[in-house]
Amino acid sequence: MSAPADSVTIVSIIRLRAAVALIGRFPALAGIDLEVGEGEVVLLQGPNGAGKSTLLRLCAGLVRLESGEGEVLGHDLRTSRPAIRRSVGLLGHDTALYDDLTVRENLEFWAAASRADVASVTPAMDRIGVADRLHDVSVGLLSAGQRRRVALAAVVVRRPQVWLLDEPHAGLDPDGRDLVDELVGDAARAGATVLVASHEVDRTLDLATRRVVVAGGTIVKDVADVE
Amino acid sequence: MWNDVWLVAGKDLRIEWRSRVTFSQVLPFALLVLVLFGFALDANRPVLDAATSGLFWITVLFVALTAVQRSTSLETTDGARRALLLAGVEPAAVFLGKALAVAVQLLFVEVVLVGGVIILYNAAVESFPLLVATLLAATIGIAATGTLLGALVAGVRARETVLPILLLPVLAPVLIGATRAFDDALGTAAVDGWAWLGLLAGFGMINVVLGALAYGVLLEET
Repeated sequence: MSAPADSVTIVSIIRLRAAVALIGRFPALAGIDLEVGEGEVVLLQGPNGAGKSTLLRLCAGLVRLESGEGEVLGHDLRTSRPAIRRSVGLLGHDTALYDDLTVRENLEFWAAASRADVASVTPAMDRIGVADRLHDVSVGLLSAGQRRRVALAAVVVRRPQVWLLDEPHAGLDPDGRDLVDELVGDAARAGATVLVASHEVDRTLDLATRRVVVAGGTIVKDVADVE
Repeated sequence: MWNDVWLVAGKDLRIEWRSRVTFSQVLPFALLVLVLFGFALDANRPVLDAATSGLFWITVLFVALTAVQRSTSLETTDGARRALLLAGVEPAAVFLGKALAVAVQLLFVEVVLVGGVIILYNAAVESFPLLVATLLAATIGIAATGTLLGALVAGVRARETVLPILLLPVLAPVLIGATRAFDDALGTAAVDGWAWLGLLAGFGMINVVLGALAYGVLLEET
């Protein structure tokens, strides 16, 4: 039976209950409760070392859930981390690019590795604004900002259901920052869920449907409809 | 899974081809070691003849350390290891692909080094099939063990110095077996090289299986 056309179905994409995650022996997340729905753009704020990056990595299935409960896209964070990893796109502090491969080779490698359409690499490079003359240039020759754009293109190529962006504006020029905003907007409109950890508060607030403040490994404020 | 094996191996070999490190740095280093061993022992020709196989394989182990260090650093330098996990590539495929790429590099250097010992040490090949089989079996064992231990020390701060301390003792059976088999292939000692080849093959198989099973655990961050 289908739902009435005007009804609103809230699908929980990320669900954490009393989630604890350790970095070494340090409890980087000390009991997080968070529920994020489909199409939401959540801005994660907080001082350095608050646990924002660990929270993103936990949602990506890269950090083990030490205690508590957690699900991403219906997959349990304890038992189904490989399935979660395949469904999310994470832009972290590292770019995960190989210096001796060209921009195109890097993106084609990551597209093939993640079972994405290799044919989408060229459109992604165009979308991200990687100039044609740079497509076949070794990544090792690129500036930090250009590398960041290529890393972002690798996320775009994957077409993830959940975007996890850690300081996505860092190192980018004004055009690049605008581009990140456009991509986040496009992803949300397409139904993807986006978590953005950013110090660019004003810029990201325009896009965010919700603002979550993290401090000391816990959520201290969760404000919906920030606009 | 095999598509991923070729994908990872192809990527590592393409990077190696671009950087030319094996060709322009590792190979000259290996030949230099052979030459220096020759200088050190040439005054005593019988000793050099008897030690040729051992010197060859010690040189190969030095080369293997370099190849494994580089293979490991490709994934640790800019977070590629984490991205491989996110991409959903089977850890066993990553292991086999990286081990295959290391093996190809080692075989390339070994072929040149065989030419080196023939020219520099006046070595003669008496059993070509045994020589080739020894090269293949020993290389598989070295590449598999090196790739596995490379992943084990990937998160260690001083991995460049820790890796040799771990890897060289573990590869001692390869050094012994390959040296004995080579002695037979070069006719420098009266031993049954094919029996030693069995040891090498067993060592290689065990480490390939162990690596394929354990690599996933080693790739995990926590």
